[in-house]
Amino acid sequence: MSDARAPLLKLKGLTKAYPGVIANSDVSFEIGAGEVHALLGENGAGKSTLVKMIYGLVRPDSGSMAFRGSRYEPATPHAARNAGVAMVFQHFSLFNALDVAENIALGMENPPKQRALAARITEVSEAYGLPLDPSRLVGDLSAGERQRVEIIRCLLQDPKLLIMDEPTSVLTPQEVEILFKTLRQLSAEGTAILYISHKLEEIRSLCDAATILRLGKVVGECDPKATTARDMAEMMVGQTLHVPSRETTKPGDVALKVNDLTLQSASPFGTSLKNVSFEVRKGEVFGIGGVAGNGQDELLAALSGEVETGAGAVQLKGQSVGHLGPNERRAEGLLAAPEERLGHAAAPDMNLTENAMLTGHVRENLTNRGFLNWRAAKGFAEKVIADFDVRTPGPGNAARSLSGGNLQKFVIGREILQRPDVLVVNQPTWGVDASAAADIRQALLDLAANGAAVICISQDLDELMEISDNFAALNEGRLSKPRPAAGLTVDEIGLMMGGAHDMEAAHVA
Amino acid sequence: MIHLVKRPQPSRAWSYATPVLAVLMTMVAGGAMFAALGKDPVEVIRTIFWDPLFGEFAFYFRGQLLVKAAPLILIAVGLSLGFKAGIWNIGAEGQYILGAICGAAVGLAFYPMEARWLIFPLMIIAGALGGWAWAMIPAILKTRFNTNEILVSLLLVYVAEQLLAKMALGALRNPDGAGFPGSRNLSQYASASNPELIAGSGMHWGVVAALIAVIFGYVLFARHMWGFQIRLTGESPRAARFGGVKPTRLVIFCLGVSGALAGLAGLFEVAGPAGQISIDFNVGYGFTAIIVAFLGRLHPVGILLAGLLMALTYIGGEAAASNLGLPSAAIQAFQGMLLFFLLAVDVLTNYSLRFGKGEVA
Repeated sequence: MSDARAPLLKLKGLTKAYPGVIANSDVSFEIGAGEVHALLGENGAGKSTLVKMIYGLVRPDSGSMAFRGSRYEPATPHAARNAGVAMVFQHFSLFNALDVAENIALGMENPPKQRALAARITEVSEAYGLPLDPSRLVGDLSAGERQRVEIIRCLLQDPKLLIMDEPTSVLTPQEVEILFKTLRQLSAEGTAILYISHKLEEIRSLCDAATILRLGKVVGECDPKATTARDMAEMMVGQTLHVPSRETTKPGDVALKVNDLTLQSASPFGTSLKNVSFEVRKGEVFGIGGVAGNGQDELLAALSGEVETGAGAVQLKGQSVGHLGPNERRAEGLLAAPEERLGHAAAPDMNLTENAMLTGHVRENLTNRGFLNWRAAKGFAEKVIADFDVRTPGPGNAARSLSGGNLQKFVIGREILQRPDVLVVNQPTWGVDASAAADIRQALLDLAANGAAVICISQDLDELMEISDNFAALNEGRLSKPRPAAGLTVDEIGLMMGGAHDMEAAHVA
Repeated sequence: MIHLVKRPQPSRAWSYATPVLAVLMTMVAGGAMFAALGKDPVEVIRTIFWDPLFGEFAFYFRGQLLVKAAPLILIAVGLSLGFKAGIWNIGAEGQYILGAICGAAVGLAFYPMEARWLIFPLMIIAGALGGWAWAMIPAILKTRFNTNEILVSLLLVYVAEQLLAKMALGALRNPDGAGFPGSRNLSQYASASNPELIAGSGMHWGVVAALIAVIFGYVLFARHMWGFQIRLTGESPRAARFGGVKPTRLVIFCLGVSGALAGLAGLFEVAGPAGQISIDFNVGYGFTAIIVAFLGRLHPVGILLAGLLMALTYIGGEAAASNLGLPSAAIQAFQGMLLFFLLAVDVLTNYSLRFGKGEVA
């Protein structure tokens, strides 16, 4: 940490309320020049609103900010950038069909000539150990390289404060290490970094200070290097964490076998699956890791039946089901819960009864010769709500009126209560608060303990290590060789995920 | 400043209130337009909305109301299936013409045989098949070659109009008609006619078919898997696929049903109120039904009411044009306003208005 006597950014009593919810209440903290400051909190704790206020996207209701000693009230992101604040968002705003330099020029006020800009990009990227070819098409870049485009776009403005929102969620462990070297270098040169995350070990290795938010309030500050991850987690959640537990069961017969599955992606920037093979036994939890966009959605679609494959490519209990649609597979006992809750796993404007009908009608006998039994569907929805502790006034409410965690519990519960033989879930706890996430993981483990095979596709490596018996990783549409999860090291997992994706790292060398 | 805030879920009350609000706003804006044309707005509105129902000549107009409303409702119920799923059949007018041509052709082929029990049902089947086949062209092109059904179905309307002219002048021309264009009058051929079931009521078989279609539509959406799949596809195509909906089958089903119902409407019209195939047989029911479908919120019962309302503006509008000397373009503009306001206030179903200072969120 460098000199931080006069704080670079000082927040005092920031409060922001939306109808029905107080997003931030009396938030105060300081960031010194060159400090790497972590902002820690669960989903919905108010981290996003807070950084949006700093970046000029949202105006605080009350409170004040000071930046480099003077009053700071950015009305727009433009004003924030001019003051020296830059931000890398979790979701990239890049155009796939344009090259790197064109994408960067689009975000600039007065872009220089393409050739001069390309030279600047090369210069900055080399200085910070983030090699990037300005003439490459963004659509061809890996997620880690796309993030570099966003970071370099920020660095070209020579910011005093760089805000990074969950930057490692799209990176392999090796890529994280490269990113951290860059961030440490920036910090040493005096650029402060506000680092938003809920990954505690990363914060412990990178950050100088941490502010913890819960329900919009600052509930603690700590030195992450001197605090255990568990203590920070409990400050963040506000309660003792329940760690999912399972009874070890003997794996049974093969429940699902995927045999040399090759599938062309329907979208031009999707990832095609290449020779994916694995098998999952009854009672087993099979974890599939990997950085987002390496074929996860395509694999789920091929397993759920939304995309049909060669008959033999997917075999359920020894029977070929690759040519069957979703409902035929449901009838045979293969169920799925996709990643995107609203618009894929559930129809946003339909109510929970209708959404229970969506996947439940086959196995729960909710239809009779094509005619719908709404009373039975409502009963099924009520059972999901009760058994999985879904917080909602009732099954008549629209799916989109539920919070992310509650809807996810409903989606997972809807599939589990249909007693699947094989359940495929993609990102089961994405955007879900810690206690709901623990409930969902426990439910998956209980399902496996009762003899079902569970395939869990996730980007959360901690989650996969916690619940999986066997682990494999997707990398550019290929699945690594499955290995027992127990005893895998972070390095080994990282290599299975594709290592640093051939991105040469100037510092590592 | 006024802001739109998305409601957590669509408002039920507003989904019923918006059509009424749209009608009221149309009356106000239309009244202003009529006043600008130098007419007494109250009198015009009364002529359009009140006189046909309760005025001096209501006994005649009420029958006309059913005659006009039946094809609109029949076609609109069919269109609503596709519209709910995001499948846009804009060419009902063409399917209506083809239904009329095919149905009439069957009837004329039997002339002058007397066998109503055989001929009339055959005509009904032929009419439905004609409309269905015409709608299958955009359906198959869409599912096979991913063409846009809006363009294909719309352009086929103009093809159908040419075909209609050709038929009226050629194959179906009345051989005893002294060379005038147009077919024999089916309403004067007992085995093929679609007469009023109760004299003076306007009630013909097309009205019965429209009511059956409304009931069919209601049951389909409320109780049947297909209706559920149609709604699901419209709400969220990806969730629909996850729910096992086969998009190709859905396109064929929706376009097929809407084509068949439009064809039926054409058949009942040509055998009844119109009586013959003529060059100007079609009067735009297929297009107006699009408005009716939306005015009725794509709900079968709503469509029933909207069809009656739209028929009222037609009949009242004609009366206003002839009695008060309004240009017919003004009446069309008035009907256009109705759709405009309906779509505009539709936003209130999903959004609520907030007044106050805004911010960038």
